[in-house]
Amino acid sequence: MIAIVDYGVGNLFSLSSSLKALGLEAEVTRDASRLRQAAQIILPGVGAFGDAKAKLDATGLTPVLLEEAERKPFLGICLGMQLLFDKSFEYGQHPGLGLVPGQVADLRDDLADKTLKVPHMGWNSLEIRRGDPLFKYFKDGEYVYYVHSFYAKDCEASVLAVSQYGNVAVTGVVRRGNVWGTQFHPEKSGDAGLRLLRAFSELQ
Amino acid sequence: MLAKRIIPCLDVRNGRVVKGTNFEGLRDMADPVDMARFYNESGADELVFYDITASAEGRGLFTDILRRVASEIFIPLTVGGGIRTLDDFDRVLKCGADKVSVNSGAIADPKIISAAAKKYGDQCVVLSMDVKRVDGQFRLFAKGGRENTGIDAMAWAVRGVSDGAGEIVLNSIDTDGVKTGFDLEMLDTLASLVKVPIIASGGAGNMSHFAELFTHPGIDAGLAASIFHTKQVDIKDLKRFLRSRGVEVRF
Repeated sequence: MIAIVDYGVGNLFSLSSSLKALGLEAEVTRDASRLRQAAQIILPGVGAFGDAKAKLDATGLTPVLLEEAERKPFLGICLGMQLLFDKSFEYGQHPGLGLVPGQVADLRDDLADKTLKVPHMGWNSLEIRRGDPLFKYFKDGEYVYYVHSFYAKDCEASVLAVSQYGNVAVTGVVRRGNVWGTQFHPEKSGDAGLRLLRAFSELQ
Repeated sequence: MLAKRIIPCLDVRNGRVVKGTNFEGLRDMADPVDMARFYNESGADELVFYDITASAEGRGLFTDILRRVASEIFIPLTVGGGIRTLDDFDRVLKCGADKVSVNSGAIADPKIISAAAKKYGDQCVVLSMDVKRVDGQFRLFAKGGRENTGIDAMAWAVRGVSDGAGEIVLNSIDTDGVKTGFDLEMLDTLASLVKVPIIASGGAGNMSHFAELFTHPGIDAGLAASIFHTKQVDIKDLKRFLRSRGVEVRF
């Protein structure tokens, strides 16, 4: 069973539907024992970093997630990926889960071409920098769907794939140990996204 | 870089897609779920559903269709039509919509934009506007383009974006249905004023119209209904054509 962490941020309909469409058992839960029993855990999220981290902490699940991330495949999606890092500078400075070294910063500040629109919203090509079992069914250069204004940086050692936006190589996929993160939404990235989720479900 | 998006628009009334559908020959393609499946396989980058029913029964059918589409098609879904309150946002988001488009609802109560953006995020709120030239000025129209509100359309867009609209669908009444190309002058005017993605609507008649549209860098997506529904333009062919013209598209 894949546990999707329910901490009151974002719409989990598409994520749980996409796993079901792959024939996988998915459960949206905030029950610590279910997270411990799960074969894999997905941490979703949309919205602002500080608010989401506070909501996650309020569920009391943070210590459980930190423990389980050592033991089983763990995937953060979009804001869920950003939460994996040490800290974020979205509306102030907020500490993250510290599972992946690096920080989350405003994309606007680093784009040289100020006519580029932020949020970085739409389909961008994902360039694989390091091979990984997560890409078992994914072809280098396939398009994935992004919606975000902040991005992960200073995390070179963990980067698996990026998408180019102007002068910025936007961190698309990271991995450290059992912990993976995708800035884009695999559950909204058509067939290519489903294939990434399938590969994640096969990780042990 | 971001790919330019091709977006078919499905008007749904009483559970069926209406407006120039030529799909009857092949299976039951005027069924919205079948049609969504077909467009997903053709490479559509996003789908827009407009609920044009008036009855409560029709509304129930619409959310049921939306739920079925969102259960099996995993590309962004935008929903519009009859969105007037936060409860309307909530109803369609729970059924799997990713973005919600407001048009007349925002004219009746402009505060809906900021309230929805605050609750669901800017990326979720799409401002859809029907615009027509009146005495050389771009005017905002209501009621499906039948009523001149007298509001300056470009000022309306700027205000909508500052209130939190994360994307704009600009439908030119002047070019809608004429099939002689998108309203590039109107679109460029808007693009010079706002920094959110702009979806062009109204006027697409052939593949060259899309190629011409995407030479304008401020435009992110092209939306059309009947030329896709009647199979006058196939999305796969369109994307191949655009790529041959140097436009970045998703395959």
